[in-house]
Amino acid sequence: MRLSPPQTTVQPMKLAIASGKGGTGKTTLAVALAQACLSPVHLLDCDVEEPNSHLFLTPHFSKKQPVTVAVPQIDETLCSHCGQCADFCQFNAIVALPKQTMIFSELCHSCGGCIRICPTNALTETDKPVGTIERGQCDHITLVKGTLDVGQAMSPPVIRAVKKQHDPKYLTIIDCPPGTSCPMITAVRDADFVLLVTEPTPFGLHDLTLAVETLRQLKLPFGVILNRCDIGDQGVVNYCHQESITIMLQIPDARQVAVAYSRGKGLLDALPDLKPQLQRLLNTISQSQQGGQI
Amino acid sequence: MKIAFTTTGDTLDAELDPRFGRANRFLIYDSDQKNLVIIDNNQNLNAAQGAGIQAATTLCKTGATVLITGHCGPKAFKVLTAAGVKIYPCKAKTLTEALAQFNNHELSETREATNEGHWI
Ligand code: SF4
Ligand code: SF4
Repeated sequence: MRLSPPQTTVQPMKLAIASGKGGTGKTTLAVALAQACLSPVHLLDCDVEEPNSHLFLTPHFSKKQPVTVAVPQIDETLCSHCGQCADFCQFNAIVALPKQTMIFSELCHSCGGCIRICPTNALTETDKPVGTIERGQCDHITLVKGTLDVGQAMSPPVIRAVKKQHDPKYLTIIDCPPGTSCPMITAVRDADFVLLVTEPTPFGLHDLTLAVETLRQLKLPFGVILNRCDIGDQGVVNYCHQESITIMLQIPDARQVAVAYSRGKGLLDALPDLKPQLQRLLNTISQSQQGGQI
Repeated sequence: MKIAFTTTGDTLDAELDPRFGRANRFLIYDSDQKNLVIIDNNQNLNAAQGAGIQAATTLCKTGATVLITGHCGPKAFKVLTAAGVKIYPCKAKTLTEALAQFNNHELSETREATNEGHWI
């Protein structure tokens, strides 16, 4: 295979790194891509239930800010116990008992409807903290990390807050939460390109097909990275072939990778040869954004 | 006194459903009148979230003051307690057995949720 030499810069774009399940090496890949990049890059850790990009980067976090969501609070003295708010709420976040109205703000989706329909103005909006975002620097990498508070159920508001830090001047790598539900969709939405990290096992294939369906519905361009490509079976490769999905990179299951992880080192420490490959990968995607073919 | 059971059947011979929020239905037994009513809970079986809360709301409306079930999560517990419903976790197979245990004071009221909350 003839490959073009690595370019020094990659066009600014939003590149999401996702996977149908956890533990496929998504985060280490996101970190390695950022490290391989030759120009300043932003890494947005949107895996807010378990942010761990920083473990491989040890950045100095300089800014921390809370993320809040708007939820209703009740003034019981004004409440006439009519129950309209509870009937209205599609998310079962309000219970109206004959003598008490209870709000379960962890189920609230902040639609604001209950506040608008309450006939006695007993409900008002209040800001509830649900997580934090932090921003730090490590060499040419700007890391933005979102963390969902313990006990909070809904990560999308924190993910959106992390994504708001996106600066269109830079290449932005988004480490997405695993799975194919709301958090993952919130993270990949409006990406220019998605890299799906998977493993060549039946589980990997199953979760990959779900992720592929989701991305196709969202009409997002994507490619596959096959991690630990020398384990397992041919299922994923065959599937990608059938579905005309490009496998953009294969990463071997080297012993030194596991050793490096256990010492808190990243993929590039274990496999330095991967660096030019990742640079080429970024170039390929970058060129495809300007009308090129993958 | 009205005693509520979670169940899949519609008589006292039916099995006790260990789930609360996603129980099929409630059987409300009136120990004074010696009669029973069945309240469906199936609008909740597929609720995306808040099944426990909704089930608790449904149950509160029945006027039951005692609930005998397998497990009860934290949100349902909060609603039921606020409404003054006493919760008795029970491992019996059938409602008849459960009722006997309750009448013999073999069951004890729980002061906290008996399982972890879950979000979906
Ligand atoms: S704001 Fe919307 S989601 Fe939240 S409690 Fe009110 S009606 Fe329910
Ligand atoms: S709509 Fe307003 S008055 Fe009616 S139960 Fe809800 S909070 Fe109370």
